[in-house]
Amino acid sequence: MRVLGIETSCDETGVAIYDSEQGLLGDVLYSQVKMHAEYGGVVPELASRDHVRKLLPLLDEVFQNAGLEKGDVDALAYTSGPGLIGALMVGASTGRALALAWDKPAIGVHHMEGHLLAPMLEEHPPSFPFVALLVSGGHTQLVQVDGIGQYALLGESLDDAAGEAFDKAAKMLGLDYPGGPLVAQHALQGDRTRFRFPRPMVDRPGMDMSFSGLKTYTLNTANDHRDNDGRIDDQTMCDIAAAFEEAVVDTLAIKCKRALQHTGFKQLIIAGGVSANQRLRERLEEMVVKERAELFYARPEFCTDNGAMIAYAGCQRLMAGQHSGLEIVTKPRWPLDTLAPL
Amino acid sequence: MSNILALDTSTDACSVALSCNGEIKEDFRIIPRQHTQQLLPMIEAILADAGIAISALDAIAFGRGPGSFAGIRIATGVAQGLAYGADLPVLPISTLESLAVSAAKAEGADNIVAALDARMDEIYVASYRIENGLPVMELREQVAAPSTFAVDAEGYLAVGSGWRYFEAMPESVKRAVQLSTETYYPSSKSMLVLALDAWAQGKGVSPELALPVYLRDQVAWKKKDQQ
Repeated sequence: MRVLGIETSCDETGVAIYDSEQGLLGDVLYSQVKMHAEYGGVVPELASRDHVRKLLPLLDEVFQNAGLEKGDVDALAYTSGPGLIGALMVGASTGRALALAWDKPAIGVHHMEGHLLAPMLEEHPPSFPFVALLVSGGHTQLVQVDGIGQYALLGESLDDAAGEAFDKAAKMLGLDYPGGPLVAQHALQGDRTRFRFPRPMVDRPGMDMSFSGLKTYTLNTANDHRDNDGRIDDQTMCDIAAAFEEAVVDTLAIKCKRALQHTGFKQLIIAGGVSANQRLRERLEEMVVKERAELFYARPEFCTDNGAMIAYAGCQRLMAGQHSGLEIVTKPRWPLDTLAPL
Repeated sequence: MSNILALDTSTDACSVALSCNGEIKEDFRIIPRQHTQQLLPMIEAILADAGIAISALDAIAFGRGPGSFAGIRIATGVAQGLAYGADLPVLPISTLESLAVSAAKAEGADNIVAALDARMDEIYVASYRIENGLPVMELREQVAAPSTFAVDAEGYLAVGSGWRYFEAMPESVKRAVQLSTETYYPSSKSMLVLALDAWAQGKGVSPELALPVYLRDQVAWKKKDQQ
């Protein structure tokens, strides 16, 4: 089965074609990050407007890249949620109407299920069951995955998502939006031992997390090291970034370890924007070796939002006979553990 | 007459209209927040009733705004999706012109000021002179505070939800207009009148150029250096 996937849940317009026999045939993405950077964060109305302008040109491009005639797919999958309602609406209304015009089935896909299954697009995919760490600007969740649609929440952040904490720490350090990757870049040059930030909630049992305190800690540490002009020297900046990153990564690693031990599973997958973080991958590699387990993640461009993961997730459900009706389905809030199993 | 499907979701009303083999049919419903559930089934039903496939249409028309941002994006998305999928041109139609067509037909007025509630104490407004049943724009479409807009002649019929701000409007406007006692919504049927005319004039565009007209382009977003 060949499925066109459309992703418009936030600030990237992604379109891809996945074929269950031939794999990924085409994948294109337009990122609005630069536009939103001028505003210091995602402006939902502007995101929606940009999706409207970009979606059809990207559809042309993906069919061209795949070497396919326009419309040469068996079904269509679009992101229904969670995400920004206005942004979701663009992909959902265009995608659903397009499927009607083609007289093909369509399905609304859960954005985080897309992320969770993204490592399946790699050459060496995990197999069920596994533990998934979904870690992005909007989510930080540990999920027990027994199969597609069989998700049990093991723990989650009770306040800021890890990626959000990265962005906020960047703001505290005066770095530009989106600051998360810049914090990681600075951390590369930093001394990870000069400052020690707390590891929130690791002394408590369970797999819930909390990251909101780390931004205050970052700000206080930065303020303690400002010169008379309020500036922080480059090395100190890098050292603070490293201490922050180490605290987040360490916390995630501790919770992931608990999740592996709790489930007895031997596979851990990480997905979402923060799963591209180099230090997180290193730290988790070390941890899984000790646990005699294995770590899986997607290539960097499939860690962030993309159409390929939506096409893939949609394809799995469509092949199992699931599809949506003629309604345009958007679910800005949609708990992962309410999904139907295959 | 050409085969054109028109759709509109710019207000609480949701409507689809079809011109097929010289006959015009409309399905018009007031369904706040239900547009996403009902629009495509309405389209499928009106096409099935007429026994015409999407691919047999000549063009798709849609209410391109001004109106609720979410609403006009639903219409835009559906029009883009249908037209892209069936290789059809698109006719973007003004919601304010649509109001003017409805009122001109129902009340026989020659001069019309159409206004829609734009929320945030503003209105979308434009005025038209009716020639041969079709509106010719005089006051260009704009988003304005009710107290700031002006019409330069008298004898206008005032239609649309924007007139709920009548009390806040300047005396000159209050003198120049007569409030219609009827409630008009932008509708796909009146859009079809405009679409058939636009189609005859060769005004169809390719689907990726079928874009909303928001009028309000500065709301709650400020660049960092302006914050």
